[in-house]
Amino acid sequence: MVSPVQITKEIDARGSFCPGPLMELIRNIKTAQVGDVIAVLSGDPGSVKDIPAWVEKAKHEFLGIEDVEGEVKRFIVRKAH
Amino acid sequence: MKQILVLGGGTGGTLVANLLAKKLKDEAKITLVSASSRHLYQPGWLYVPFGWQDPRGLSRSLKSLLNKRVQLEIGRVSHLDPHAQSVTLESGHTLHYDYLVVATGSRVTPEDVPGLAEGAHHFYTEEAAWKLHAALEEFNGGKIVVGVGGLPHKCPVAPLEFTFLLDEYLTRKGIRQQTEITYTYPINRVFSIESVAEMAEPLLKERGINIETFFNLESVDPEKKLAISMEGSELPYDLLVMIPPHRGAKFLEGSPIADAQGWVYTDRHTLQVKDFPNIYALGDTTNLPISKAGSTAHFEAPVIAEHIAAAIQGRPVDPKHATYNGKVTCFLEAGYEKASILAFDYDTPPKPPTPSWLYHYEKMAFNKAYWYLVPTGVI
Ligand SMILES: Cc1cc2nc3c(=O)[nH]c(=O)nc-3n(C[C@H](O)[C@H](O)[C@H](O)COP(=O)(O)OP(=O)(O)OC[C@H]3O[C@@H](n4cnc5c(N)ncnc54)[C@H](O)[C@@H]3O)c2cc1C
Repeated sequence: MVSPVQITKEIDARGSFCPGPLMELIRNIKTAQVGDVIAVLSGDPGSVKDIPAWVEKAKHEFLGIEDVEGEVKRFIVRKAH
Repeated sequence: MKQILVLGGGTGGTLVANLLAKKLKDEAKITLVSASSRHLYQPGWLYVPFGWQDPRGLSRSLKSLLNKRVQLEIGRVSHLDPHAQSVTLESGHTLHYDYLVVATGSRVTPEDVPGLAEGAHHFYTEEAAWKLHAALEEFNGGKIVVGVGGLPHKCPVAPLEFTFLLDEYLTRKGIRQQTEITYTYPINRVFSIESVAEMAEPLLKERGINIETFFNLESVDPEKKLAISMEGSELPYDLLVMIPPHRGAKFLEGSPIADAQGWVYTDRHTLQVKDFPNIYALGDTTNLPISKAGSTAHFEAPVIAEHIAAAIQGRPVDPKHATYNGKVTCFLEAGYEKASILAFDYDTPPKPPTPSWLYHYEKMAFNKAYWYLVPTGVI
């Protein structure tokens, strides 16, 4: 369980294969303010690997993953720059 | 009599208006407002840069595609007041509605990325596709960089398709040896869907195309001819083809029904707009996390037509069309007269077959048959 943070915006990307939850995250990060916390709901098992990998590459801050229900997880990211 | 107003005369708006006219006959007044008197078949723009398609063959009179019961009004919407249930056009004319369908699509906004408008080509408008054709005709070798220049963008497979067709075009022209092609993509593989990436990546490599993943375009330096990414890489180019980011129609930016970029808050199953049950949205303009594609609008339209018709006729919604399940299908051109196909919905990821001539010819046939089948609601 992730320590409680104030989520600025939650994106429901369940059922998104194309363009996919990571692409939804990138597009929302671009229009967010520095410091905003963005959460993405994804049911795609690939997100567990893909989302942290991109966040690291793009030098934002990965705050954690929470189980929501079934395959669905919540990925929490802070825009760092 | 109830007034239904449909905004936008593209794939989604034309189809919804025609389906409503068929279901309701004279039980409601249906008006379609469109900024353009032409209906455009955008998928054909993919072939224009190579001189394989004349853009003049990709548009028809909107009126000729509409059921006689649909009234057409040409004008650009400049304001929507969902509380007063009215829409104002640039001309000042105001229209009232009982039910509203928003289908104003998406527009490209190269101005959102510094240097993009000056430094890069694209093929997401008729004019840009023509200009790119002229640039490719003059091109005699050098570095071409192709990629996604911003998110979101419609037709997610188009940059990959363009890259495959570019390789074929340069080969046929006899200048492939003198040209270095680099394909860029925002995430850690060549396409967002893993199974599609697994199919496309070996094809790109086989054709000698460089791959630059984790590339989110931050800016373009048109003087130094550099494409610069958020992740810190710089790619030199002689010719740059970058799909610009998109936004919804201008009047939707910051409106009570949409976010700051003009994407309408839409229910993923009923396609109703948040807080306004008499407004529906479909096609590119929704904020749904699915492909912005003509096929998306096509599969969404029957749900909206059924909900509005049932409400006006005072009957329950036919369960067959009660909800949208996220269905989308897209062809993927792989060059050299081969293509694959992606079909998926909210619950099922696509399993694209190996590219074959069969899907290429199916796509070519669909490009021609579109006019008779899609806007009219035949399929
Ligand atoms: C190069 C390219 C290739 C593509 N290939 C494919 C493909 O292979 N398969 C596929 O399924 N999709 C493809 N697409 C995507 C497809 O064309 C769009 O997703 C589809 O047209 C969306 O339909 P729509 O009704 O939402 O919007 P549109 O068809 O874009 O229609 C929008 C309408 O709204 C009108 N409008 C806009 N603003 C206003 C306003 N303020 N007031 C009044 N009217 C307004 C416009 O004039 C237009 O009539 C491709 C797109 C491109 C650019």
